[in-house]
Parts: sequence; structure tokens; C-alpha cells
Amino acid sequence: MKESKRDFITGAEVVIKACRDAGADIMYGYPITPTCEILSGWINEGYASLQTEDEIAAGFGVCGAVLAGQKAFTASSGPGHILLQDAFAMAEGMRLPFVMIVGQRGGPSSGTVIYSQQEVMLSCFGGNGEGMRFVYSPSSLNELYSLTRLAFNDAWKYRFPAVLLTDGYMLKTTGVIEWEKIKDVENSPTFTRLSDGANVHWPNIYTAEEELYEEVMVMNKDYKKAASKVAKAEEYLTKDAKILLVAHGIVAASAKEAIVELRKKGVKVGLFRPTTLRPFSKKQFDKAASNKSVKKILVAESSLGQLARIVHDEMDPEICKPFAYLQKPALGIEIEDIYNFVLKNNK
Amino acid sequence: MPEAKFCVGCGHPIALMALNKVLDEMGLTKKAVLGLDIGCSLLAWNYLPVNTFQTHHGRVTPTMLAFKRARPGSICLAYAGDGGSYAIGWQSLFHAARRDEPITVIVINNTIYAMTGGQTAPTTMHGEKTPTSPNGYPDEPFHGPEILKDIVKPGAYIARTAVNDMAQMRMFIKKAIETQQAGHFSLVEFLSLCPVNWHTNGPDTLKFLEENMKPVFKVGEIAG
Repeated sequence: MKESKRDFITGAEVVIKACRDAGADIMYGYPITPTCEILSGWINEGYASLQTEDEIAAGFGVCGAVLAGQKAFTASSGPGHILLQDAFAMAEGMRLPFVMIVGQRGGPSSGTVIYSQQEVMLSCFGGNGEGMRFVYSPSSLNELYSLTRLAFNDAWKYRFPAVLLTDGYMLKTTGVIEWEKIKDVENSPTFTRLSDGANVHWPNIYTAEEELYEEVMVMNKDYKKAASKVAKAEEYLTKDAKILLVAHGIVAASAKEAIVELRKKGVKVGLFRPTTLRPFSKKQFDKAASNKSVKKILVAESSLGQLARIVHDEMDPEICKPFAYLQKPALGIEIEDIYNFVLKNNK
Repeated sequence: MPEAKFCVGCGHPIALMALNKVLDEMGLTKKAVLGLDIGCSLLAWNYLPVNTFQTHHGRVTPTMLAFKRARPGSICLAYAGDGGSYAIGWQSLFHAARRDEPITVIVINNTIYAMTGGQTAPTTMHGEKTPTSPNGYPDEPFHGPEILKDIVKPGAYIARTAVNDMAQMRMFIKKAIETQQAGHFSLVEFLSLCPVNWHTNGPDTLKFLEENMKPVFKVGEIAG
């Protein structure tokens, strides 16, 4: 933890510091906007790294390092994130802790290079499995730091891969980080099953269907157990809220600001902000959404419903409340957008 | 040692036994870690008394080189077929060789994708018939070691041997491991046998190796 109480730094610098403080030994990466500064910044600090020939090699590099007992990570975006899902699926299958910093950019395809919230589904369910991974979505620089630390700690504690899901606005712009508000945490220890002479045979592919079934069911049990500790959300002024806004990442930061203004006008609006998109804080959401005061649920996001899909999938089907959506794929959502959207739905 | 899951007449167990003998002789069994590609190579996962792990198709090289970077004292062996090495995994293999990553890559060349039914591989020879080249493969085969020879750094070791020459296999593997210990990249390609997909009996299998493969893929030391 730094001596000075506040710093004026970029999100990429925050990520580098968080990864280092989390005990990361090495970064494997391939340059792609908007995460280049994480790779170059990490290398310029003199930390161990390899710039690989593509994101595939970066991802499997992370796997190899982790198999050997190191803490390793990578960072990418969009098309690079797609390639990384190859190794990420292996990490899921082999229960390898794996941390991937994703700076979302506009999609599909090469899209735009700085911002979107369109990599939610890819982060949560991008593999050929059941989506047993942790996905964290920070709303501020302080949280970018603390959730990156948490991603490492949870990944190594529960042995599931983790995504720190952010975007280029967060990574590339300079802002204030308030160190005194960040609680220091102890790092999870590293591990390896492949110590010298252990004679361990670590599978990734199974001959019998029953064998894989057993494996997946054990994984499911472990994931559910971990989920009860890992899933987190923040509620802001939800107690008496007539309108429940749901947003994540920097859209949620806009939402908070809008709520302050709306409350001044007497509009009873509150925010439910999942800080983990997977596992989703289902119980907490159901409680907030089923609150009698809530008349309408609004979901705001920079995609065509990737967050809304998670909310609908996770929400108790007994909860019958009308929904409305503010969806701007790959476009920033500003305070005024949310302010006007809430007012429109408060009639 | 568990019973081999390889087909009768397969070349993999011969190559693996040669590897095992060399590791044993060099006293490196406990330090060795065998990373496996997907394809028939994956069946080697519980065959030798060394640490092993399976990866994805084409991904054993980047996984293994990171393992080596994390644990420089380990003897890191990346074991793959011709497809995993020269097709889907070529980009990573090429750059690992170029960067002189101190790992040993073992390539089993049987001229086809054996696990999936004998389809055309980068090593399929001109005129060879496979399920995806039913009229005979129209192109020339890919010579991985000969291409890598021109891009590796001094000190690297590249060789090709065949599974019907135990003495040569053991000599080349030993040199490859010594190369890794000296901090350089090494690769040994093994001309192997696949009677199941070649549709050959015992004598014809060896004949295919000697008369069809060896004239096309020259055995011997190629670099180092």
C-alpha cells in the first residue's frame, strides 16, 4: 500500500499496482487497445513478463505458469478476449486460478477500441462449459484496485478463473485514488500439484462420459459454495426506492450521480449495483427487487441487454415487477441519460 | 505402469519408452514434466512415472515454456503430434524456437491426424490418400525441423529420428535434453507408425515408414 493517501493516476497504473500487490509473479500479454498500458507499464516497472505472439499463447502462458506454481495474469480486450477464452476454458476445466483483466471495447468484431459493456456474456459464459468463473465489475479507481486484489485472492482461494471486467475509459483516464479508503488484505497463497517428483498426472480430457460428469458435479458443488462468499453487490438508497436502477461498472457510477440529483427532486430511486456479475448476488437482488416500495426496475447498460439477461435469469420468477431498459451498445451512458430515463419512467 | 491405451502397433509407446529410458539414465525422472497436446499424444498422460498434464490442441508449447520460465530447474518436455505442432500450434512453436525458449519439443509424425480418423495433416505426403484427401494429397508435406533450422539461435538442437531406431532415438533425446539444460531450444521429430489409419499390416507398416516416409523426411541431426 502506498504512503501517500491520494494519487492522481490512470486505471492502467492502478491495475499494475493491484496485480503486483496481489503477488503476481509474471504477466503474459499481447498488445491491444485499451489494455496496452497495462502490458507496457508492467514491463517498464521491470516485472517479469512475456509479450507473446498472440493472445492464445498469452493465455496458455498464464496456465503454464500457474501449473508450475506462479501467480500469473494477462490483460486484453474484444477480439483478444475471444482468443483468451481458449485458455480460460482450460483454466476452468483444470481448476486453475487465472486472472484476466478485460478492458471492454465496442463489438462485435474489432468494433471500437475504448469502451462498451459488451463483453459481459463472453466473460461470464465464454467457454464450452457452465461458466464457473468469477467476474468483477468495478465502478471507481478505488474499486478497480480492490477488486483486482480480490480477483487474485478469490481465484487462488477457490481455484476458479477470474475476470476483472472494466473498460478503456476506466483504464486510460487519470483520476483520484484514495488509498486511505482501501482496506489492505492478505494474499492467498500460491499452489502447485506438480512439485518435483510428485508423479502427478493432471488431466484435461476424459475418456468416459461418467468421469467428466462426476468432475463437473464436484466443480458445481465447489462453485456454489464459493459463490455464497464471492457474490457481492452494492445497494445505494434502495430502502424506500420506488424505482430500482440496476447498472454495473462505470454506468453505475453515472447512475449514482443521477440518483443524487433525482433525490433532490423527490424522486425515490435507488441503485442495485452488482460488483460481481458472476456469481450474481441473487439473494440480495431478490430481496431488493421484491421490496414492496419498488414499482419498476430499470436496467441501464452500454450493451443490448447483456446485464438484463443475467438479471432475468437470476431473478426469482415469483417477483413480478415491470421492467424498462436503457441500452446503448458501445456508447457511454451519462448522468443526464439516466436522469432523463428515470424521470420518463417515474410517471 | 498402467496398460497402454495406444492402439496395437502404434509408434507412441516406443517413443515414450525411449524418452523414459533417457530420463532414467540421466537421473531426471523427478525433475521432468511432460506436457501433452491433444490428439493421440494425450494418451501419454499416465504412461510414464513423471509429472504430466494435458492441455488443448496446439497449445502445449506456450504452456510448457511458461512452466519452464516459472521453474527453470524442471526438465520441460512438450509432447505433440504433427498437427498440434505444425498446423494449429505452429505459430507458438515457431516463436518459441525463435526466442530460444529452453524447452524440449517432441513431435510425433505419422503423416495424419490419427485420433480423429486419419485426416490430412501438414505432414501428409504428396499423393497420400486420407479421408480429407480421398484422391491423394496434392501438396508437398511440411518439414517443420528444416524450417526451424533457419530461425533458431546458436546452441539450439533440432533432429529427426524414427521409432524403429532405438539407439538413435535415445541419442537424440539425450542431446535435446542436454540442450535444454544448457539453456536452449530443442526439438526432436519422431517418424512414427499408425497401422490403424494407414490400413497396413505389421510388415507393411514398417515398409511404409522405411520406403514412403524416410525418403521424404530425412532422419538425422538438423541443427546443433
